[in-house]
Parts: sequence; structure tokens; C-alpha cells
Amino acid sequence: MKGVGFALLVLMALVAVAAPWLAPNPPDRRFPDQLFAPPTPVHVVRPDGTLGGPYIHPGVLVSRLERRFEPDQSRIVEVRWFENGRLLSVADANAPLLLMGADGFGRDIFSRLLFGARLSLTLAVVSTIGAMVIGLLIGGAGGYIGGAIDELLSRVSDFVLVLPAIYVVLALRAVMPLVMPERTVFVLMTVILAVVGWPSIARGVRAIVASELQREYAQAARAVGAGHTRTLLFHLLPATSGFLGVQATLLLPAFILSEATMSFVGLGFPDQTPSWGTMLRDAANVAVLGDVPWALAPAAAIFVVVLAVNLVVQGPGSAAGVPVRPAG
Amino acid sequence: MARYLARRLFFALLLVFVVSSSALLLTRLAPGDLTSQLGITATREEIARTRERFGLDRSMPAQWAIWVRHTAQLDFGESFLYNRPVRNLIAHASASTAALAAVALVLATLLGIPLGIFTGSRRDGIATAFVRGASVLCLSVPPLLTSLVFVWIAARTGWFPVGGMTSVGAADLSWAAWMSDLALHLPLPALALALPIAATIERLQSQSMSETVHEPFVLAALARGLSHRDLVLRHAWRVSLRPVLAVYGIVIGALLSGSFAVEYVTSWPGLGRLMFEALRARDIYLVSGCAAAGALFLALGSLISDLLLAAADPRLREGDPAR
Repeated sequence: MKGVGFALLVLMALVAVAAPWLAPNPPDRRFPDQLFAPPTPVHVVRPDGTLGGPYIHPGVLVSRLERRFEPDQSRIVEVRWFENGRLLSVADANAPLLLMGADGFGRDIFSRLLFGARLSLTLAVVSTIGAMVIGLLIGGAGGYIGGAIDELLSRVSDFVLVLPAIYVVLALRAVMPLVMPERTVFVLMTVILAVVGWPSIARGVRAIVASELQREYAQAARAVGAGHTRTLLFHLLPATSGFLGVQATLLLPAFILSEATMSFVGLGFPDQTPSWGTMLRDAANVAVLGDVPWALAPAAAIFVVVLAVNLVVQGPGSAAGVPVRPAG
Repeated sequence: MARYLARRLFFALLLVFVVSSSALLLTRLAPGDLTSQLGITATREEIARTRERFGLDRSMPAQWAIWVRHTAQLDFGESFLYNRPVRNLIAHASASTAALAAVALVLATLLGIPLGIFTGSRRDGIATAFVRGASVLCLSVPPLLTSLVFVWIAARTGWFPVGGMTSVGAADLSWAAWMSDLALHLPLPALALALPIAATIERLQSQSMSETVHEPFVLAALARGLSHRDLVLRHAWRVSLRPVLAVYGIVIGALLSGSFAVEYVTSWPGLGRLMFEALRARDIYLVSGCAAAGALFLALGSLISDLLLAAADPRLREGDPAR
């Protein structure tokens, strides 16, 4: 199961990297006649019963009021492979290939999901690295120096650890200006998530460094003349790598979820930016949800990532002592 | 014990004080203030009057000092958004959140503990593999997603109300009718909140139980001829409970975090939603009031969890149960 989890995570990362090539449509392209269009079925059996390359019947809006679409059986639009720099595309611009249907603006949900993976996953990864750097610095310093400074740093991290993270994130973000460009939001969210996420890492790093410091190899390094910085960076901190790996896999889904929650309540990325959170926000309108279940696709994507991480850390044969905590 | 309790209560109060003070100062530091809610037609004089009424014309330390003095007398100031005392608003919202969280916690416990005992006390088989798989699945569905899917199911089937805590006009209903109305609104949000926590408890109980059944005292009890049932439920379970109870302190935080998403999605009139509204409107006293209530929940939760631990493990009753 552990392997399945890893495979899913790698697959997600690859999908995010290859998004522009995998997505059939640009993420912000609007198809005005396809508002809330259902997923387009792809056929391989021709009407005359022979097998052929994949094709679609273009979806035609039958009733705008009921949002009813019917495939135009008389027309056949071929799906082309490896053209226009995309894996899949269709020749007819008025008959879009909507693998997961369209949202309220007539945008392709599948393509937005792929581009959203880029933003949501990158944000989570960068924030995780940020939290690890802060945690390593503070935990390492506390464990190495000890004394009053250690006490102070430990108290601060214990305090932040006690608070429910999402409220701290919410409060920090809410007191900033509400409307900001995408790039600023990205930087701001990264900083906020790193600031909220470091204590769990600092606590573990502090304990490891403090105990490793007593070991003979650390004493030996000092004895042969290694400076404090060198001892800490090259001799002691490498001992924390196993712990860091586990913590990173725990922080990653928490950060993906934080982005989703923030964007969902309107404090994250701007509405037109495709991220999993903004897409959930689009889907959240109840009237929409009832008829348009495919708008929940980003929820499925988040679920798959969290599940993959849980398979990696919870699966049989995983390291004992991994803390069990629900995401979010 | 009394000294320990006194110290814990002091730290609980300190947490509440620090959290609500930081919320107040953070809101004050934020760009814009609640007068932007007056709209663009507000005159200069109206804005000045509102600023004065909410103490925004004073310096930050002065405003804070006045707020501390009033809060010490349990007067949390007034809400600009609702034009009512913050205390009443918070009392209502806290009750809603507490009801949701309590039901979710009971659900999670009732699901998690028995299933954990089951999977932890048996050899691997189809049934235990099924429960374990379901548990990892539930661990992976954060309340934000679950509540969205539940809202979709409710909208689709009509079996449950789509959102809110009570129906429109429920205030006029008799007590019994009001309760049954609430009982219809409660299951979906509570379940959304409970599922990942139930999975956490199940995993911990299972792990702890499977370690306990290999202890010598269990073997000794087995040698005395106890049945499997008595062995697991009477002897092993009590000992295995310690790590499970220890996690309840963390679970309170997870409940509060999760309840924000659930409250937002299902329009549950709780503390999380209130705080979100207050933050966006820069309703300064409401923000700090909500923060105080949330911190109080947190502190009480971890205190109760520690006391339960002490009750379950006699070794901890002497000295400091926290360590």
C-alpha cells in the first residue's frame, strides 16, 4: 500500500508539471454555450459498428433554463493526438472536449483541475520547505544552545502548536488587504503557512539535536576543532532527516487543505485563478451542486492526495511512532 | 491535586488572555476599520462618531487597557455588525459550536473505540482489513470535503435539510418540535466533523490494543482461563486506553479547526462563522470575543483530557499528570 501511495503522489506531481500539455483547453478559455455542460463522452465505436480513433459528439444546449445538453449524434468530431502542443485536442473550436464538464463560466473543469494542481501543490511544497527551514533553525538553535534561550523558544513553539492552525491562518490572512494580485497572494500564503507550520518541526528537531549533542561523534567533532555552526549544520542536523521526511508528508496535505479552505471562503487566490480552492468555491453554490456533481472534481483531487499521503505514513510496515492526526 | 488544578486554571486563563489580546491588537493593526462598513455615503461626522463609540480614536495601548478592564468584568464590548453586546452573540455561537462538537466527539468515540478494540485484538482477517481500510479512507476525508459532499447529497435526495441549525421560523416551535428540528439538522455536519476523528481514535486504539495483548499480564490472565471477551474488555482495554485518552487533548483542536469548514459550508451559526464575519468586517470586539471563547474551549478541552487520563491511570494521580 505504501508503494501505491508513493505512486499516486508521483503521478500527481507529474500531472502538475505536464499540465499545459495534458490539458485539452486553456484553463481560462470560456465556452459561452457550454455553461455547466456535463462531461463529454468519448466514443471509439463508430455508428456503423466499426472501431476507430476516439471521437466525440458535440454537446448542444437544448434548454438553457433546464441546463439540458444533448449530444449531436449527426456530427462526429475527431479527437486528435499530439497536435497544437497538446496530448488531446479536437479540431472544432465550437465542439470542445470537456472531460469533466464545464463550470458556471463555461470553462473546462478538467483543464482547470490540472492547472490548479500546479498552483495548489507548488504552494504546499514551498510552504512545507519554508516551515522546515524555520523549524530547523529555531529547533536547532534551541537544542544546541540550551538554557534560557531554549526555554523561551520551546514555550513559543508550544504556544503556537496549541492553537487550531486554520484560525491562525484565517486571522493572519483576514487582516491583510482582501484583494491582491495572484503573485502576492502566493507569497503571502506561503509565509503564513510556514509561520503556522514550523512549531511541530522545531519541537522534534530540538529534541533530536539536544540528545545527539551528548553523543561521542558530536563531542569528537568539537574536539577536532569544528566550530559551533559547522557542528550544528554538518554533524547534528543530518540526524533529523528521517524525522523531517515524516513531518513533511504530514504538513503537505494540511497545507493543501489550508489553501483550499482559504480560497474557498474567499481569502485565497483571486476567483479567476485556477486552484483547487477557488474551484471548490465555484462548486459550493448549493443550487449548482445538486445538478452539477462534476464541479466537485477538485474535492476528489484533494482526497486522492491526502489518501496517498495516509497510505505512505499509515500503511503496514510504516515506521512506528508516526503521530496519527486527522488532516485539517 | 488542588495545587495542580489551580496552576492549570491559571494557564488556561493566560491562554485566553493572550489569544484574545492578540486578536484585538491584530485587528487594530489591520488596514481599514469597521467604519468602512458604513458605506460610501457616510459623512465625516458619522465616521468620527462611530470611531469614538468603538474606541478607535484612542491609541492602541489605551484602547487595549480599557478593553482589558471591561473584559475582567465580563463585558466584552459591543458588536458593530450586529449592534448587540458581544457577550450575547458569543454565548449563542458557542452553544451552537459546542453542540456540534460534542455530538461529533461522541459519534467519533462510539465508532472509533469499539472498532479499534476489534481490529487491535484480533489476528488479521478480512473483517479487520476492511475496518482498517475504511479507517484510512476516513482519515483522508477532511471535513471541508465531507460537508460539501453531504450538502450535495442532501440537495439531491431531500432526506436532510441542506444547511443551517434549525428551519426558518423554528423559534416559534414548541420545545419538542424544536429539538426534533435540530435533530434533523445535526447528523450531516456532525458526521462530517466526526469521520476523520473517529478514524484517528480507531487507529490509536487498535495500535495500543495490539501492543497490550502481548503483555505478560494478559498471558497470565489467559492462563487463568479467562474468555477472550473478558480478557479484552475487562483487562486489556483499560490498560490500552492511555494513549487513546491522551489524544483527546489534540482532538479538541482538530474539532475546532474542522468545525470552521463545516460551519461555513453548512451555514451552521457557530463560533467559526461568527469569527470569520467579524474578521472581514473588522468588528474588533467581536473578533477578540470569539478568540477568547475559542481559547477557552481549547484550554478546557485539554484540562478535561488530562483529568480523564489521571482517572484512567492511577500512576498519574500523584504529581503532575501532564508529564
